[in-house]
Amino acid sequence: MSTGKPLPHDSARLHVTGQARYVDDIPVPAGTLHLAFGLSSVARGAITALDLAPVRAAPDVVAVLCAADLPHANDVSPAAHDEPLLATGQVHYIGQPIFLVVARSHRAAQRAARLAQISYAPETPILSIEQALAAQSYFEGGPITWAMGDVDTALAQAPHHVAGQIEIGGQEHFYLEGQAALALPGDDGATHVISSTQHPTEVQHKVAEALGLPMHMVRVETRRMGGAFGGKESQGNALAVACAVAARATGQPCKMRYDRDDDMMITGKRHDFRITYRAGFDGQGRLLAVDFTHYTRGGWAQDLTLPVADRAMLHADNAYFIPNMRIESHRLRTNTQSATAFRGFGGPQGVLGIERVIDHIAHHLGQDPLQIRLRNFYDMASKGSANPRICTHYGMELRDFALPDMARQLADSAHYASRRAAVAEWNRDNALIKRGLALTPVKFGISFTLTHLNQAGALVHIYQDGSVHLNHGGTEMGQGLNQKVAQVAAHALGVGLGDIRITATDTDKVPNTSATAASSGSDLNGMAVAQACATLRQRLSAHLAARFGVAETEISFSDGQVQAGQTTLSFAQAAASAYMARVSLSATGFYKTPDITWNRQTGRGQPFFYFAHGVALTEAAIDVLTGETRLLRTDILHDAGNSLNPALDIGQVEGGFVQGAGWLTMEELVWDDTGRLRTHAPSTYKIPAASDTPAQFNVALWPQPNGAQTIHRSKAVGEPPFMLGISAFLAISDAIAACGGAYPALDAPATPETIRNAVKAQATDGG
Amino acid sequence: MDITFLLNGESVELRGIDPMMTALDWLRETRRLTGTKEGCNEGDCGACTVMLSCATTSQAVNACILLLPQLHGRALRTIEGISGPDGQLHPVQQAMITHHGSQCGFCTPGFVASMAVAHLNGETDHETALAGNLCRCTGYAPILRAARDSQNLPVPAWMHTDQQAAAALACPPQAWLPESSDALAALYMQHPDATLVGGATDVGLWITKQMRALPKMIFLHRARDLQTITPSDDGATLRIGAGVSMAQMLQMAARHHPSYAALIRRYGSAQVRAAATLGGNIANGSPIGDNPPALIALGATLHLRRGDARRTLPAEAFFLDYGKQDRQAGEFIEAITLPSAAPNLRCYKLSKRFDQDISALCGCFNLHIEGGTEGGTKGGIVRAARIAFGGMAGIPKRAHHVEQALLGQTWDLDTLARAQHAWADDFTPLSDMRASAAYRLDSAHGLLLRYFHDLAGQATHLHEVMP
Repeated sequence: MSTGKPLPHDSARLHVTGQARYVDDIPVPAGTLHLAFGLSSVARGAITALDLAPVRAAPDVVAVLCAADLPHANDVSPAAHDEPLLATGQVHYIGQPIFLVVARSHRAAQRAARLAQISYAPETPILSIEQALAAQSYFEGGPITWAMGDVDTALAQAPHHVAGQIEIGGQEHFYLEGQAALALPGDDGATHVISSTQHPTEVQHKVAEALGLPMHMVRVETRRMGGAFGGKESQGNALAVACAVAARATGQPCKMRYDRDDDMMITGKRHDFRITYRAGFDGQGRLLAVDFTHYTRGGWAQDLTLPVADRAMLHADNAYFIPNMRIESHRLRTNTQSATAFRGFGGPQGVLGIERVIDHIAHHLGQDPLQIRLRNFYDMASKGSANPRICTHYGMELRDFALPDMARQLADSAHYASRRAAVAEWNRDNALIKRGLALTPVKFGISFTLTHLNQAGALVHIYQDGSVHLNHGGTEMGQGLNQKVAQVAAHALGVGLGDIRITATDTDKVPNTSATAASSGSDLNGMAVAQACATLRQRLSAHLAARFGVAETEISFSDGQVQAGQTTLSFAQAAASAYMARVSLSATGFYKTPDITWNRQTGRGQPFFYFAHGVALTEAAIDVLTGETRLLRTDILHDAGNSLNPALDIGQVEGGFVQGAGWLTMEELVWDDTGRLRTHAPSTYKIPAASDTPAQFNVALWPQPNGAQTIHRSKAVGEPPFMLGISAFLAISDAIAACGGAYPALDAPATPETIRNAVKAQATDGG
Repeated sequence: MDITFLLNGESVELRGIDPMMTALDWLRETRRLTGTKEGCNEGDCGACTVMLSCATTSQAVNACILLLPQLHGRALRTIEGISGPDGQLHPVQQAMITHHGSQCGFCTPGFVASMAVAHLNGETDHETALAGNLCRCTGYAPILRAARDSQNLPVPAWMHTDQQAAAALACPPQAWLPESSDALAALYMQHPDATLVGGATDVGLWITKQMRALPKMIFLHRARDLQTITPSDDGATLRIGAGVSMAQMLQMAARHHPSYAALIRRYGSAQVRAAATLGGNIANGSPIGDNPPALIALGATLHLRRGDARRTLPAEAFFLDYGKQDRQAGEFIEAITLPSAAPNLRCYKLSKRFDQDISALCGCFNLHIEGGTEGGTKGGIVRAARIAFGGMAGIPKRAHHVEQALLGQTWDLDTLARAQHAWADDFTPLSDMRASAAYRLDSAHGLLLRYFHDLAGQATHLHEVMP
């Protein structure tokens, strides 16, 4: 059985030897030209003069294009048609592309792009939440509200209340490979684009629009990305379209990659949020009602802001039954980079909101936060009782829910109770360094909330020598999707992994793909491949049954061999035999997720096929005098169902946790009051380094199959562990609370300065 | 300019090079060796890490801010040369596969290069060796496991050859690469408008990020006499050549000034320390360089030279104003003298990330306390004080008012409380993306409090707290 094995990533050897090729590593034809954008230096206003003569005169510049030079559509948005590739007179943020330089080298293009003389009639930009609210600068015209139960009455009648607010910063993806694309013009006007994208079909669609071509004239290929995390779901469109347009204009292949600073200035990031809350609860801390308001800055274009904000609302319960809940969500248009998809897709912000409420309640009641969490969890045992606690605030009943068991098991195995006592003792004895603990859960809904995206295709060939070639619609960004899918195919055909080859994702092979996003890659594509393999196996079985005069049920495939009654053939012999008998050895596969319905206007439905679960216990220490922090220990128990590959899944959990902890601690995006992003390089924007990982870091998988009928009963694992990083944030908050005083009300990211300010507030509070 | 160096063991001679071209661009675009990646082009992410050897050392450096002339006389080994000649995997490569240390794989060649250098040099503090390599996928856990698991495996033969080969490499002197401080002094007098390039960890960014043209550059790495550390006859002071790398400084400080060593451990990364020079970190006049506050607190002396004329001045006197130093045209820092011991020196750095970050502020304290109790400090009288900060003003600067508020006073918390107001007399810091002015003033005092508790022997360091 090939599934369930901890096999290495299929490209591991290529990675460690430097042979794995990314877009910028691919040998290009002679004469290939290189592109760079010239960027807006004001956040909002009209371009009053654009003098590109110095750009054209720069060394090695071949052409300079602006909006008027574009032959067809000037749009790189995923849906709303509000993102011109090149500005059309108005600029909307600092970093917006205005013109495109085509030069003989990357550096020449970069240098020339800085030489334009641009005059603007600047307008006051809308930067902050307050400014956007004052200007009524909304997507969709105004806020959207979902409600369940009678929040006002329940709040009025609740014996206890807390209210508060948390600011949650955004996050730069910081994929190590910057955005990149290469367009190779064909001899019939067609274009072949090689793109570092999570969404080849969208790139195909946008390039076709930009060139005025049907989609069949555009082929998009993605072998691998050097990280993506959502940042290459829509943000790669601009480079691919620019390359295609410039290739048409010049007749030469064109390549574009962003310099890191350009990448950070131009592309979107995780949405920052402000969440305010009022919660009512009983003396045991059981939630009776919660009233949330979400505010998020979506940046200048709609991009994916609506589904991101929706998913934040969908995760406002995280793991807790809340009988009365209202969420008002403000999706604000601001003169900043267009906030976009990022691992978790709004879910993390929604989850942090309710985890903050739970933590606040525990502090208010003077009780252990873990006990408050356990009391508020959804309760499958209550199903069918008079007071069932299994229905979410969007009306979906849970079918299985592992978190109570997982939380108790982790609390036991990581010695929560004794460590809680040890931390309290330490904090009594030490004034300068305080310690904190937090155990937080995540329940994350799996499926695209845009229902039609929950489909995938695959194409599998068996050659007459028994070697197998497969393609599917998913893209490889480091998560090991191809390895997992190959394991599914090897299992289905009973062959070794060495017999399976997966090549680049290619719109010529599998059409109409969805983005590899929403953690869906192996769920959707694994099923599509399994289905294609089943078709081929059935054809082989029928052929061999006829040839050897046995029933099809007597044909079995394993270990590279085919058993047909008493006869044993190698898989290669079986393939050759089928070929000689003129049996088709190529099949497509297709899968669509069953049982999902969703109405985002009413906030009601079954948007998810199932939920993935995880729990993390983190211990942190803070320096009271300076606000510096350190993660001392993290223990994680994560639910990946019947893991298709436990090594790869643990890799997602470890990496997700550290990325999530980085989001909430050291990663800080700073814009100045003109709207310029000041943290646009790794010198100023700090992602975690090796020494920022917990000094002890223990990760285990929860060994239970998925209750839903997924591929081999596995679970999606890309995004859910990201939210385990919340345990680090709340452990820091717990350490601050040990300084005494009121609830710390810590904002994210918890930089040393933010922590120090929170500590000082505790001291002055005096309580 | 013509240069000679070794690339993966093969001799390479390049004629008429563009001295502003980086090793990374040459490798990827000219030589078509694309295993070495560009992640940030400013020396912060380590995706471009390569091994650079001279006759005596092999070090990891960032190829993105390594200029071609710096290769002259050295041996460069890229990811393509870390596997064996017949494609055998290096032990760290095999361990990275075994431990699932790569996900997207883009940072991996840089990690492997750093790991292979640490493996060659027998370094087992992997968090330190890898602080200059960023990974966004794995959370580092499997990479650290791979590093630990391979640390005791034998070094493959092909990794041992570069130092010897570099020693044997015939590389004719070049006009812009002086071979001694005397040659440098003469050349710089003739060309006072030239840019002096030590390790290019700062100048490299002028080229890659600011797109500046630097028509005249003098490269210092061939001037070996600038790279020596010499104790005085009585052993009381050390004379440190301006070309001494921060990696050498770390070794020096580990012996003489442990707290300064802990600060240098956080200076850039292994890659940056291998290239960066002490002289460069002073001469660029940056208000946020980490060496000047330590040198000022130590009472270090700078030795400047212009042609054959030499003068000295206290370290703090060199920094006149933001972007302005007491250095004349054609004059360069030749050496720095500092005491070989200062038991009360403590150096504290605050930044958003512990490793490889630029200081929000960096405070260095060196007090003499007479007749104290508890380790000779507490309750005594402050008889001498040198307190210097980076990140608090346009220059690295002494906290004279705070020093005055402490001098002659009893070393206790009441004295510190009385001194707190003096910070604002010394410093009017800026607010920027690293920290606000208010935090800088507040935490500067916090560091003074930490110093008090630190001298008293209390646990003040987060890294001393065990889970």
